[in-house]
Amino acid sequence: MEKFLQQLINGLTIGGFYALVALGYTMVYGVLKLINFAHGDMFMWGTLVGWALLAALVAPLAGMDLVAILITSVVVMGVIGAVGVTIERVAYRPLRKAGRLSPVISALGAAFVLEALARNATEARVKVYPQNLLENLPSIPLIGGVSLSGLQLLMLITCVLLMVGLYAFVQRTRIGTAMRAVSLDHDVSRLMGINVDQIITLVFFIGPALGGIGGVLVGLYYRSFDFTLGWIFGLKAFIAAILGGIGNIPGAVLGGFVLGIVETMATAYGGAGASAWKDAIAYILLIIILIARPTGILGETVAEKV
Amino acid sequence: MALLELQDIHTYYGHVHALKGISLQVEEGQIVALIGANGAGKTTTLRTISGLLRPRSGSIIFDGNPIHRMPAHRIVHLGLTHAPEGRQVFPTLTVQENLNMGAYTLGNDKEAIEENRRRVFKLFPRLEERKNQLGGTLSGGEQQMLSIGRALMSRPKLLMLDEPSLGLAPMLVKAIFETIREINRQGVTVLLVEQNARAALKLADYAYVLETGTIALEGPAGELLRDERVRKAYLGET
Repeated sequence: MEKFLQQLINGLTIGGFYALVALGYTMVYGVLKLINFAHGDMFMWGTLVGWALLAALVAPLAGMDLVAILITSVVVMGVIGAVGVTIERVAYRPLRKAGRLSPVISALGAAFVLEALARNATEARVKVYPQNLLENLPSIPLIGGVSLSGLQLLMLITCVLLMVGLYAFVQRTRIGTAMRAVSLDHDVSRLMGINVDQIITLVFFIGPALGGIGGVLVGLYYRSFDFTLGWIFGLKAFIAAILGGIGNIPGAVLGGFVLGIVETMATAYGGAGASAWKDAIAYILLIIILIARPTGILGETVAEKV
Repeated sequence: MALLELQDIHTYYGHVHALKGISLQVEEGQIVALIGANGAGKTTTLRTISGLLRPRSGSIIFDGNPIHRMPAHRIVHLGLTHAPEGRQVFPTLTVQENLNMGAYTLGNDKEAIEENRRRVFKLFPRLEERKNQLGGTLSGGEQQMLSIGRALMSRPKLLMLDEPSLGLAPMLVKAIFETIREINRQGVTVLLVEQNARAALKLADYAYVLETGTIALEGPAGELLRDERVRKAYLGET
């Protein structure tokens, strides 16, 4: 029981990361019906920029780890959001009317460019986040020997706040409603006076910004990373988005948590050698769920009216 | 000067020459009907006016502004709205949210939005009863009401309606046409595209008959209603 609870906490933490990154895939798919394959690498750049910033901030802000992390997160969100907007302008917008295949190829190209730039920037080495950050955050003892580390709690709170904030924005505000309208129909949205390009730009800011802060959290949690993080972790976040029903925001969150928990549990209880299968588990889960529900767990079942 | 004036408009769908020199005028305060067979270019004409399609040549002047090169979302700001064919309400947005999107150009002017909402609910009390329901769960007639109501939310000068009677039961068609007359009485100019030529001509002040991308005939609606060619081709008389 104790082990189960501990693993559940670990799974929730990792699931939160998947969810944050999955949101970017799902939002872009919503408005453009495009799988933004560059998203995983933008997330990885979030880890990378976060690493560089933290390394620079740790000494001048010694003893104020939280402040350093907060500044880093905000800057990374801005930077990666701007990268997302730029990629949409340069690689996707010119192909808006070119059918559905060309933008996907362009997205793959953007992913390779981002990855190559990161490989050069890191000289293809594993980079380590500053050590001993937030070391003195107290652990919160739960029942028995189970505890929630201060870092995990901080991360869970951050993920949940961001997700709730996004959901409230999309559901309650005028611009958020316009975002949902654009994901339903571009032309009818134009007839409402909505500047569709502006909404798409906004989505390409918010999605990567969330992916970017997800990257910082992943860096803080695992402590080290290299330039391949975007493919490995990003692809699994993409699976989480499909699991939940791509295009659906609560679905991305649910898919992220389901994937994080299943992956953690399978590794913990799968017996010897199970951890070698860790990355395959995501795909197995994907196949099982798609057989049962082809549109994903919360995928749209409302029939589209012609 | 007319509220809306099209001058020799040519529009293409890829290589298909869909509109071959359309010229028409809509005078302020009138109901103008655009009738014609399927594929004559009625919907294309509306989509060209509202900016969803860009004409290859010709000019469109609305309320003194040239709009033929303006993006669709900016044209709405000038007071020209378009309730598209097949209703096309946002199916997963509530009735209320659909209406709010119709008032998008008003920004956060809560008072104006609320006032327009009251006006729309007065025209279509049904929508008020269903305001928290999803657009996609409404009946065909209710979706048509929502589509028209949504297009009225920004208080347009000119309302363009594409086939408001499409797929509705005769009773409902009558009610919708009554409402269009009422909307016009409240000061909104209407440009109406209809396949139901008889109903449209009875309602309209002036009408244009479209045939394969050109204006074949035009005149006061009452005269067209008595015109022999119109009676044969569009009113099903022999």
